[in-house]
Amino acid sequence: MMPERPLHLLWLQSGGCGGCRLSLIGAEGPDLLTTFAAAGIEVLWHPSLSAETGRSAIEIIEEAVSGEVTLDILCLEGSVMRGPNGTGRFHMMAGTGRPVMGWISDLAKVAGHVVAVGSCAAFGGITAAGANEVEACGLAYEGTEPGGLLGHGFLSRSGLPVINVAGCPIHPAWLTETLHQIAAGRFGRADLDEWERPVSYTNHLVHHGCSRNEFYEFKASAERLCDLGCMMENLGCRGTRARADCNIRRWNGSGSCIDGGYPCINCTSPGFKEPGHSFTATPKISGIPVGLPMDMPKAWFVALAALSKAATPVRLKTNATADRVAVPLHDRKKRA
Amino acid sequence: MSRLIVGPFNRIEGDLEVKLDLAGAEVRSAQVMSPLYRGFERILQGKPPEDALVYAPRICGICSVSQSVAAARSLAEAQGLSVAGNGQIAIDLIHGTENVADHLTHFYLLFMPDFARDAYAREPWYEAAAARFRALSGTAAEDVLPARAQWMHMMGILAGHWPHTLGIRPGGSTRALTPNEQARMAGIVSAFRRFLERTLFADKLERVAALSSAEELAAWRDEKPASAGDFRHFLAISRALGLEKLGRAGSLFMSYGAYHANGGHLFRRGLWRAGRPAPLDLSAIAEDAENAWYAGRGGPLPPANGVTVPGEGTGKGYTWCKAPRLSGEAPEVGAIARQLVDGHPLIRDLVSASSGNVHARVVALALEITLVVIAMEGWLRDLRPGEKFCEDGAMPGEGAGVGLTEAARGSLDHWLSVKGGWIANYQIIAPTTWNFSPRDGAGNPGPLELALEGAPVRLGETEPVAVQHIVRSFDPCMVCTVH
Repeated sequence: MMPERPLHLLWLQSGGCGGCRLSLIGAEGPDLLTTFAAAGIEVLWHPSLSAETGRSAIEIIEEAVSGEVTLDILCLEGSVMRGPNGTGRFHMMAGTGRPVMGWISDLAKVAGHVVAVGSCAAFGGITAAGANEVEACGLAYEGTEPGGLLGHGFLSRSGLPVINVAGCPIHPAWLTETLHQIAAGRFGRADLDEWERPVSYTNHLVHHGCSRNEFYEFKASAERLCDLGCMMENLGCRGTRARADCNIRRWNGSGSCIDGGYPCINCTSPGFKEPGHSFTATPKISGIPVGLPMDMPKAWFVALAALSKAATPVRLKTNATADRVAVPLHDRKKRA
Repeated sequence: MSRLIVGPFNRIEGDLEVKLDLAGAEVRSAQVMSPLYRGFERILQGKPPEDALVYAPRICGICSVSQSVAAARSLAEAQGLSVAGNGQIAIDLIHGTENVADHLTHFYLLFMPDFARDAYAREPWYEAAAARFRALSGTAAEDVLPARAQWMHMMGILAGHWPHTLGIRPGGSTRALTPNEQARMAGIVSAFRRFLERTLFADKLERVAALSSAEELAAWRDEKPASAGDFRHFLAISRALGLEKLGRAGSLFMSYGAYHANGGHLFRRGLWRAGRPAPLDLSAIAEDAENAWYAGRGGPLPPANGVTVPGEGTGKGYTWCKAPRLSGEAPEVGAIARQLVDGHPLIRDLVSASSGNVHARVVALALEITLVVIAMEGWLRDLRPGEKFCEDGAMPGEGAGVGLTEAARGSLDHWLSVKGGWIANYQIIAPTTWNFSPRDGAGNPGPLELALEGAPVRLGETEPVAVQHIVRSFDPCMVCTVH
C-alpha cells in the first residue's frame, strides 16, 4: 500500500557518534536507498546522504519548521546537548548560530512522527555517561526519567510519543522496518513497549537464540573473554535480561556480540551507559550474580544453578573455558 | 573584503562550520570551527581502565575500530602485554575492513557527489558525473551500498558486529577463528575484489597498486574512456578542474604506522618533511588551546599531562577543537601522509612539488584501497586457526600507556594514565584534530585553514564549490575531532 505522496523524512544529528547512521547504510535485503523507495519515503535532508549543504540545507530545515513542506518523519541521531547551563552551546548548529536543541524542538512540534535513532537520542546514551557535565538527554527521557527535551507526555502530530529505536548502535533493520510500518500507516501504540521502543525487536531477549544456550543451561561458564562458555556468571553478560533480537536477527551477515566472544552490555536499555561495575565483570553477592535472568525467582535460580553445575557434562565443562571446541560432540552409536 | 560563513557541512562525519574572509575572488584566510563538544576525556576519568574499550569506540561510529585499537594498545602498554600473533592478524583484518569501507564510503557517498552540483552544469563532463554520482539518486550508490554491506560481513565473523565491537582486547581478539570461517572470509574478500576490479578501477588491483609516477597514472587514465571505472572517472574530472592546484597545505606529513601483523608495520611510522623522510619524536607533541573554548590551560601541554576543561579560555576561542602541534608545527595526516611516509612512489611524485592537494589526497585514498585489500588476502592466509588469538594481562593499579594507530583519515593517539586502579587521565588526539585544528598560540593555522587560503570563490557563491572539494578531500571526521 503506497501512500498518495512520498513521506518526507528529515534527519538531524547532535551529541552522538554517527554509528547508528553508519550501521544503517549497511542495510541489506534490500539496501537503504531501495528501502526508502519501497516505503515511499523521500529524504528531505540527511547529513551523510544529501547533496545540499550550508545555506541550502538550512533552507530545507526552515521550510519544514514553517510548514511550507510537510515533515512526516523526523529522525534524531545523538543526544540532545543542553549544556552548559541549559544554553545548548555544546552543540550549535553550524551556519545558524543557534543551538541544535532549538532546531530539534521546532521540528518535533511539526513532525508527523518523531523517531529517536539509537540510545543517545532515546535516553541520552553514552554521551550522558559519567557526571553528564554536558547535560545530554534523550528526546523524551533523561536516562530512565521521562521528560528529556520534549517533556513528559509529548505526542507528535500523529498522536504517538517519540519512537525510541534504542541500541548502541541500532541494527539497520530495527529502523528500516519501523519506517516501513510508519509509511504504510500501520504503526501504532501497540507496536511500542514500555520504553516506547518498537516491540518488533524488544519482545525478545538477547538470550533468545544465543548459541551459548547449552552452556547456560548447565552453568558452564566462561572465565575469560574468548572462552566459549556462558558469560553471565563471570563476564557481565546481560543477555538474559537485555531486550533485543540480536541472536535471532544477525548483524553484518552472521554476527552478534556473544558470537563475537564478548558479553551483551544491554545497549538498548536506558541505563546501559553506567552499569555501576566494569562492563565485562559480573557483580555478585555471596557468589550469586546480582542481575538474575528476566522473571526468574532468586531461590529457583540458586537451586537450578547448583543442580546444573553438579550435572554439567565433561564436554561442556571443558569447552566452557577453552577458546575452541576441545571436546567435540560424538554420537554414541558410532564406536570410537 | 567580505566574510562568508559556510555550514552546516554535510557529507562529512559530524558537524562543521568554516568562516572565510574573502579578498576578491579568493579566500584570504579561514577559521575552521568544530561546533560539538561531548567530553569523552572527562567521561573516562574514574572509570575501570578496561571499560575504555566500551566508551572509546563510541567516540566515533565511523572510526570505531580505530578508537578500539588505540584504546587496546594504550592498555596493553600499561599492562606490559604483547599481542597474540593470531590476534594481531585478526585485529588488522578488522581494522583493514573498517578502513577500506571508510575510504569507499568517503569516495562514493561523501566526496564525488559534489561534481553533480549545479555549479558544474555547463561542463562537458557534467551529465555523466551527475548520472553516476548525484547524491541519493546516482547509479553509483546502487552499486556501492550492497557491495559495502557484503564487505562488512567480515565484521560479523571477526568482531560480532560493526560499529562498536568489544572484540578487540589488549592481548588480541576475543574470537578464535575456525578454518571454515577463514575460508568464508576469503570468499568475501574475493567478491569485494571483483567489485573493485569491475566498478571502481576497471583493472587489476595489482596494476593500480604498481603505478609509480604521475606520468604512469596519466597514461593509465588515458588507456580507456572516463566511463571505465569510477576512479578513472574521478581522474578525468580532476584533470578538467585542475584539482592538483586546489587545497595545497603544508609540507610536513605524519604517520604513526599502520597494521602490525608479523612484527612491523605494513605502512611505516615517521614524518615526511619537505620531500624527505624524518624521524617522529612523540615527546614533541603538545596540544595548544589558545584559540579553543577551554579553561585553565596555561600554554601547550603534552597529551600525557593534557587537561580538558570546557570554558571560555582566553576569550579568543572559535572552536571546541584543540590545536595539536609537533614541535610547534601542524603536520597533515591521512592516507596521503601514510603513503608519503611509507614511500609509495606515485604519491611521492604527486606531492613532489612540496604540498598535498585535493587530487593527491583522493588518489592516495584509492591507492590505499588496493594496497590494504591485497595485504588482507595475505593476512587471511597467515591465520593459524589452531593457535592462540588472545593473551591475558593484568592491569596494574598504577601505570600509563600510549596507544598509536592510523584511522582511515589519519593518525590517532590515546594517552592513558591509571591511578589507584582507575583511569586518572585519558587524552585523545584524532586525525581531524590534527587536520582541522585552529590557529595555535603563535598564530599558525591548522592544515585545512592553510589549504583553504587562496581557494577560488565564484561570483555569488554562498557555498563555494572549491571549498567543498578542499574540505572533503581531507575525509574529515568531526565526531572524532573534538570527542
